[in-house]
Amino acid sequence: MQSNIILAGVGGQGILTIAAVIDRATLQSGLTIRQTEVHGMSQRGGAVQSHLRISNREIYSDLIAEGTANLILSVEPLEALRYLPFLSPEGMVITSIDPFINIENYPSIEDILTELHRTNRPILVNATELAREAGNSRTSNMVMLGAASRNIGIDEKQLEAAIGELFHGKGSDIAAVNIKAFRKGQELSQTQATAT
Amino acid sequence: MNKQLLLGAEAIALGALDAGISGVYAYPGTPSTEITEYIQKNYADRLPPVRSSWSANEKTAYEAALGMSYAGKRSLVCMKHVGLNVAADAFINSAITGVNGGLVAAVADDPSMHSSQNEQDSRAYGKFAMLPVLEPSSQQDLYTATREAFDLSESIRLPVLLRLTTRLAHSRAGVECKSARMQNQLHAIYAPEQFVLIPQNARRQYNVLLGLQDKLEHLSEQSWLNRLIAGTGSHGVVAFGIAFNYIMEVRQTFGLSFPVLQIGQYPLPRKLVESLFKSCETILVAEEGYPVYEELLRGYFGRETIMGRMDGTLPRAGELNADIIARGLGLEAKAVMPVPDIVVHRPPALCKGCGHRDLYDALNTVMRSFDDHHVFSDIGCYTLGALEPFNAIHTCVDMGASITMAKGAADAGLRPAVSVIGDSTFTHSGMTGLLDAINDRSPLTVIIADNDTTAMTGGQQSSATGSRLLNICRGLGVEEQHLRTIIPLKSNLEENIRVLKEEITYEGLSVVIAQRECIETAARKKRSKVSGT
Repeated sequence: MQSNIILAGVGGQGILTIAAVIDRATLQSGLTIRQTEVHGMSQRGGAVQSHLRISNREIYSDLIAEGTANLILSVEPLEALRYLPFLSPEGMVITSIDPFINIENYPSIEDILTELHRTNRPILVNATELAREAGNSRTSNMVMLGAASRNIGIDEKQLEAAIGELFHGKGSDIAAVNIKAFRKGQELSQTQATAT
Repeated sequence: MNKQLLLGAEAIALGALDAGISGVYAYPGTPSTEITEYIQKNYADRLPPVRSSWSANEKTAYEAALGMSYAGKRSLVCMKHVGLNVAADAFINSAITGVNGGLVAAVADDPSMHSSQNEQDSRAYGKFAMLPVLEPSSQQDLYTATREAFDLSESIRLPVLLRLTTRLAHSRAGVECKSARMQNQLHAIYAPEQFVLIPQNARRQYNVLLGLQDKLEHLSEQSWLNRLIAGTGSHGVVAFGIAFNYIMEVRQTFGLSFPVLQIGQYPLPRKLVESLFKSCETILVAEEGYPVYEELLRGYFGRETIMGRMDGTLPRAGELNADIIARGLGLEAKAVMPVPDIVVHRPPALCKGCGHRDLYDALNTVMRSFDDHHVFSDIGCYTLGALEPFNAIHTCVDMGASITMAKGAADAGLRPAVSVIGDSTFTHSGMTGLLDAINDRSPLTVIIADNDTTAMTGGQQSSATGSRLLNICRGLGVEEQHLRTIIPLKSNLEENIRVLKEEITYEGLSVVIAQRECIETAARKKRSKVSGT
């Protein structure tokens, strides 16, 4: 078993929280994990990514090789496209379609969607809207994790349990809203998968 | 199985704690910051205490660590690669004095310059100082090697340099830990002949260091960090540090079986290297960083059987990865999807609402009224003022250089001479330069952007902020009427322009302190207050 996931977004959007949930669930599954992070200058509103590798055998490289990622999970649509060279021929993109516009030459969302539709069966998510429905617009990262939960390589229930544990310290209501957001994402990806 | 998921940086922290350190000394710098932060966050209440607050700079940190070692206790000192330039005087000379309690310097290099001005390779410093260098390739090995580095340091009575690079510092993996060792008892040694480096002592101590070199090589031969992985074929690889991971990834992916010599401890284990060279016709040397050992193995007249960064087999600069290694080994590259043309660069930027934005708005307005409007700046979040839309600063070289470069330019006749430096960079290396400028009566305006924290590296405690900065400037001799304070807010724009203009046009030395807390740390404080109640 080998899962190579690129997590993508803009500094401050919470991709490390997604990583922390997957990390926790992976460790509990007894699998091996490597997960890179970006610290320092790029965190200030720049493009950030995390390479996440899960396997049942030894993992040597912390970085994913080009053309070998089975999933690009992005919380921002332009950022999903930035890492396409990493995607394997069978790999898929699951991304939020809410643009984070902090640059003047941000391309049109139509052009971005056109490019996203060129990839294999992408799952495109109105993450902020679903997060709001869950009760907190800041949980869109958990919506995205939910939308990708069948493609991580970890039991979905284990992921949900890990969310509960991770947010436990911040209060049971915070944990509950994040789990609700996760489930919203799960439902949406199931609907999209049955539609295709 | 009791595995913790740790960043490489955190594995070092835990390894050092479990080795029984009594203190960690550091100045924040990417990618080394998380070593010290991990100790601060997780072991603040530990007994006996482990001293862990931030130092003013890497030199003060290194010297304090050496002092703790002198007193018989184990100490860890951490910094980024360019920090070792600042600490180099202490580092090189500590190889001459030697140590008492174990002393380990963890230095994190940043190949590809993700958050740095250069990609210098600290192994060159290790060689220069003639000290043992450890360079493990995994988070688990970092933990184990850090622990053992303290034993090594005490057995050979020398500091040990632990080198890692960004990718390992900032990647998580499961790490298994052993039970912690007790801290050393206080046992300061009275050994002036060793620690007073006047020439007659220094010469003797230097000979001691030279005499230890064979032993260090012998230790490398025996080290578990250096091992030969047997294989087939006439093409072999010497893989240093994290390059080993990429080599093994390619070996596994492509089902290859070439022999690999993994190097994780220096000086080079000559016998191991010889045994690989004897069995192979050609050798690929894979190093993360400079071709420090490729150059050595090639020799002055070169050796055509050796490949690496110097002959173009691997790129001369930048971080390695499995794709680069595969190309270097001549393996067929897969066709991959291109990045679509519409994908534009998204560079880092000052946060929305950051006080530096308001400072630069005011400063740009003032500077536009001069024909020559050079602004010398420094290293921190405010360096982002060099980018659009501000284009407000024109230099950033090394910690503290804004003040001294502006002073030199003022000496040359440049008017006005303006520098922008952050609070933490000022106490790191700016104060001495300001003293030079005051003593020389250089016509210069120093703007200290005091956001009450070391922001770029994630908001660490700054050595002196607020009224203490004012007092430092007073103490150094800045005239009271030219020591001004502004609050960089949009609503104060006109007032701030007026103050900056007055001081920048003043034909003498002035300091303007722009005081406003970093919005990130302010928000963090607010959140922790809310969750605390």
